[in-house]
Parts: sequence; C-alpha cells; structure tokens
Amino acid sequence: MATSANYFDQLRKTRVWRSIFRSGTGTSTLRRSLVIQQDVFLHLFPTKVRRRMLEFSVTWYLGSLTFGMFVILVITGILLMLYYHPSVPQAYADTKDLQFVVSSGLFLRNLHRWSAHAMVFLVFAHMFKVFYRGAYRPPREFNWVIGVILLLTTLLLSYTGYLLPWDQLAFWAITVGSNIASAVPVFGNKIHFLLLGGNLVNANALLRFYVLHCVILPLTAILFIAIHFWRIRKDGGLYVHASDSGSAKAAKEAQ
Amino acid sequence: MPEEEKDQQLDAKELDRRSFFVKLGLGSLSIATAGTAVFAYQFLSPNVLYEPSPIINAGKPESYPLNSVTLDVNSGIYIIHAKEGFFSLSAVCTHLGCLTAWKPELGIIACPCHGSKFNQDGQKIEGPAPRPLPWYRVWLSDDGELMVDRSTTVRSLQFLRV
Repeated sequence: MATSANYFDQLRKTRVWRSIFRSGTGTSTLRRSLVIQQDVFLHLFPTKVRRRMLEFSVTWYLGSLTFGMFVILVITGILLMLYYHPSVPQAYADTKDLQFVVSSGLFLRNLHRWSAHAMVFLVFAHMFKVFYRGAYRPPREFNWVIGVILLLTTLLLSYTGYLLPWDQLAFWAITVGSNIASAVPVFGNKIHFLLLGGNLVNANALLRFYVLHCVILPLTAILFIAIHFWRIRKDGGLYVHASDSGSAKAAKEAQ
Repeated sequence: MPEEEKDQQLDAKELDRRSFFVKLGLGSLSIATAGTAVFAYQFLSPNVLYEPSPIINAGKPESYPLNSVTLDVNSGIYIIHAKEGFFSLSAVCTHLGCLTAWKPELGIIACPCHGSKFNQDGQKIEGPAPRPLPWYRVWLSDDGELMVDRSTTVRSLQFLRV
C-alpha cells in the first residue's frame, strides 16, 4: 500500500502530470481544495463538504442515484443506437433483433428500460425528500425550479422513448399522448402537427421523437444537471437539518 | 459659461448616439428573433406529407349485407348498411384518438382505451368522449363503388340510398 501510494506521489510530480493537473501535490486543505476548484468537472462541486452532509439519512443519496441512472441510460442508449434505425417499419424489426439476435442486446435494452423506470421513480422520491425536509426553501428555491425543469425533461425523455419500439403499445400511447397536446387552447392542433410532423403518428413522428429522445432532450438534461449541481455549491452545500444528523444526535447525547 | 454649455451639449449628443445604437441593436436583434421564429416554424411544418389519401374506395355496396357494421382497420372508418341506406362513421374515438370497435353482441361501438360508448349512428352513449363520432361524406363512384372522404364530415343521418 505504502509503496503504491509512493508511486502515485512520484507520478503526480512528473512534468506530464503537472501539465494536465495544475493543482500540485500535497495533502494540505489548500491543495485538496485546489484539486476540486481547478478541474472542469469537479469545480461544479463544493471544495469543502461537511461530513454530516454526506450521511445517508440526510439525502438517502436519491439525487446521486438519479444521476447514476442517467449515466447508465446514456451509455446503454448510445449502444442501442448502433443497432436501431428510426424508420418505419424497420424500427420494430430492429427492436426485435436487439432482443433476440444481437449479443447482449436483450440485456442492454432491459437495462435501458428498467433504468428509465427507476430514474422516474427516483426523481419523484428525490423531490419528495427535498420537499418534506424543507430543503427547497431559500436560498435553494431556484435549485428547486431547476429540479422541476429536470423532472419535466425526465418525463419527456420517457414519453419520447416510448414510441421508439414502434409496436402497438407505442403507437397508441403516442396517439393518445399527442391528442392530449391538442387540448391546449388555440394552438393545440398546431402543437400536435409540429410534434408529429404530420396528422398521424407516422414516419415523421418516429424520426422527430428519435431526435428529441437521443439528442435534444439529453443535451437539455445534461445542461440543467450541471446547473443543478453547481447551484448546490453556490447555495451553501446540501441542506442539513440538525435533527436528522447522526453526529448531531451523538453530540446532543454527549452533552 | 459658453464652454461648459458646449460640453454639456456634447455629452447629451454622445448619450443620444449611444442610445441610438442601443435601439438600433435591440431593434435588429428583435427582427432577427422574429425571423428565426418564423423560419423555425416553417421549417418544422412539413410542406409535403406522405400520408394515406383521405378518400377511401370501400368496394361494391353489395358486399355489405343489410344491417351490418364493418370496420376498416387500416383507414379507421365504419361502413354501415342500415335499412335507411349506407353511411360511414369515423372509427377514431373523439376523446384521444384510439380506434374503436363494433360490439355486435351489445349493438354498440366501444373504445378500448377509456371506455367511451357510441350507438350505431355514432351518437355518444357514455364515456369521456366529448363529441359523437363524425359522419363522413359517402358517394358512389362511376364504377358503382362506395367512396368515403375522411376529410369531409357531413351532418348525421344523411344516408346514401343505393
């Protein structure tokens, strides 16, 4: 252990490493916060986190689990795209092929589907947890708004993905769903027409839903997820109530 | 002091120029935004649709026996031969667009999605459907075949006598 840590320290001192990671070596608080601050991905997160914020009881890790589902969905989704043509009637045949012909296709498709279900469930669970703990209150009220946008994006991702297998369930679900959109006053029929790219759920609708599902909505989700994480840092870290922290309880008992 | 007055005039002139350019900038930006919106709307509305024709050739009237309700699944219409004559109903539920089905044992048209029910004339019996099933224009072609135009609805109880 000691030697491998040594090698790692040596590696971190090399010129190449230092050219990539500017933060330098050392375990001082400053060095460690610089690692977070100077990384394009990590800088979204706070440089310092209180230990009790990371306790299970505070968040039940619901937000992180939701993000985990999103990562699984992106990876499996990209792999599924390699065998799927968004055309009529090829889409249905490709879905069948993914299940019965492609190696691990069934596993990837099921993983994609179950993760999608789990993500919707976890988004709601996360929102309930935030709501009932009062973590949406100022100064975190804008992050709640971002969260609502992410909820809608998640639901739209589920809805657009539902059409892609191009089976009876998909066809009628999208027929019903798009007819709900035409209930919008004045512009309803226009929205219906633009959403489907026609009057029927047909080849244009399949292609539009595919582009929304694979490009537009995931990019929207990634953008707002980044803002959502960054706002946690800007709003002073995760919300911790004194009563639901184990160490706080222990401190109380010790008194 | 004429000098100071001149300076103030210059200041006012400069502010004017700035606000002019701000207005010009905002104006062209809003024109560009409106243009982009029009462009996006036009691009997203297909000009040519490869959808099936609304006019259906339903074949010879003789192939529909008296007092029969025939569903054409592909075109989403009923051809009904009642004792008053022929007519055609939309088979698409007026609630959310599901395909309804004729239930011969009950003598009604029922929607499998949310339970709307209609009678043989398309009148609503119950369910969430807001409107009766529309009647489509029906006529005989020169070859004596039954034609239905799904894009033209007519008042109900207009039968075609053959």
